Amino acid sequence: MRITELFQRDEFVLTAEVGPPKGVEIDHLIKDAHEYLKTRVHALNVTDNQSSVMRTGSLATCKVLKDEGLLPIFQITCRDRNRIALQSDVLSAALLGIENLLLLTGDYTTLGDNPQAKPVFDLDSVSLIHAVKRLEEGFDLAGNAVDGAPPKFAKGAVVSPCSDSVDVQLAKMEAKVKAGCEYFQTQGVYEPEKFIKFMEQAKQFGVPVQLGLIIPKNVGMCRYMNANVAGVHVPDDMIEELKADKEKTKAGDTGVEICARLIKECKDYCQGVHIMSLGWENRIPEILDMAGIAPVSK
Amino acid sequence: MLITQLKSKETIESLAEGKIVIINCHGCKEVYFAEHEADELQKELAASKEVTQIITTDYICNPDNLKLQLKKHMDKINAADTILVFSCGVGIQTVAAQFEDKHVYSCCDTYPLPGFQGVTPLNVDCGQCGECYLNGTGGICPITACSKSLVNGQCGGAKNGKCEVDKDMECGWERIYRKLEKLNKLDAMKYDAPKVRNFGISEIQTAE
Repeated sequence: MRITELFQRDEFVLTAEVGPPKGVEIDHLIKDAHEYLKTRVHALNVTDNQSSVMRTGSLATCKVLKDEGLLPIFQITCRDRNRIALQSDVLSAALLGIENLLLLTGDYTTLGDNPQAKPVFDLDSVSLIHAVKRLEEGFDLAGNAVDGAPPKFAKGAVVSPCSDSVDVQLAKMEAKVKAGCEYFQTQGVYEPEKFIKFMEQAKQFGVPVQLGLIIPKNVGMCRYMNANVAGVHVPDDMIEELKADKEKTKAGDTGVEICARLIKECKDYCQGVHIMSLGWENRIPEILDMAGIAPVSK
Repeated sequence: MLITQLKSKETIESLAEGKIVIINCHGCKEVYFAEHEADELQKELAASKEVTQIITTDYICNPDNLKLQLKKHMDKINAADTILVFSCGVGIQTVAAQFEDKHVYSCCDTYPLPGFQGVTPLNVDCGQCGECYLNGTGGICPITACSKSLVNGQCGGAKNGKCEVDKDMECGWERIYRKLEKLNKLDAMKYDAPKVRNFGISEIQTAE
């Protein structure tokens, strides 16, 4: 199923992110997905060598999850593949019955664990969306015909609502919509007022947006994100909240409460939630319960 | 060595709006410049458009030299709406940086050839991509000013206007956006078909 069908039915679309392991032992990922995510989210994003750290591939992991009865979203970045490999992988996804894509430019190579690698960026997020749309129309990027019935995907992309240059982000968002993007997931949001203001401007594009959440695990993580992670800013009062009850924060309960509160404050302004739990998949059911979001019906 | 090839007559004509000053750079011996073709095209332009001055000079890539060379033409330049530059990609970027409020357009595509690349200062660079993007980016090169050489806008990696690759480096696309904003040309970022680079032409075409 394409998740665009859910948006069309006015469902509040819930997704969570899982990262393939650095290695092929994937039992833990599957167990967590069944235990904590299957009944709580509609689909699972599978990251593509997230943060430029080399891992097992997104496409293979998507196939494993699909075989387990879960709905995967294949994340594809332009960092490691040229247009031949990107288009080929998109067709491979169709062959494997994977119909949901999240199309990204990708972090730079030097941020990861193989900094010597050649950065590719032959295409970018916008031209990759365009390339997928062309495949759906029966042609590759060079205009050559693709044999047989063309594939059909739900084409998604990302945007940063709390970026310090949100106007520049909105211009890119518009380019993505024009290229054929059908849904957006956002970078982690900690400032509901900024998100709501962003949504006021973004709604002109008529494309559904899922609020992105990164569970704040501790003060150090928040300070690190404030210094290093683009588009993410954890406000001082939230850092104070994490500091206030050290035991509660250590147990993860403060982060869960913050996420639930963010969902409540933003949910009337967006069409879904995307949770990046970074290993805390087991806390997602609590967050959704606390935010008053019922299990998904499949 | 570099080769600059003229953009098509139609492209150049579409850029020529209002009062026009043309700047030709015949600097580096290492840059082949299509002098004769440029001359012919400029004569045609002058016949149909309001070309107020044609300046032929050298080493416009050097900001101090550029300032000096253009001194006696400043009346015409101040009155101009558009500056058309016939030079390598470095030259046009230097002119665009010097005249922040003017529409400065590139009339050439720059291709690489092996060998010495000419005498260029370090503040701007030309990627010699053979399909000059500067006319849609306010004269700031997305190939060299963006770490990922993106051609369709800013990625999600800029923080406080700085690049994710190097915190001392300004985000090229943030610079481009702000420049287009200043020039009231943000529409340049609104196009229907996304830009897709052609790496197949980055080598010089010999027969055409």
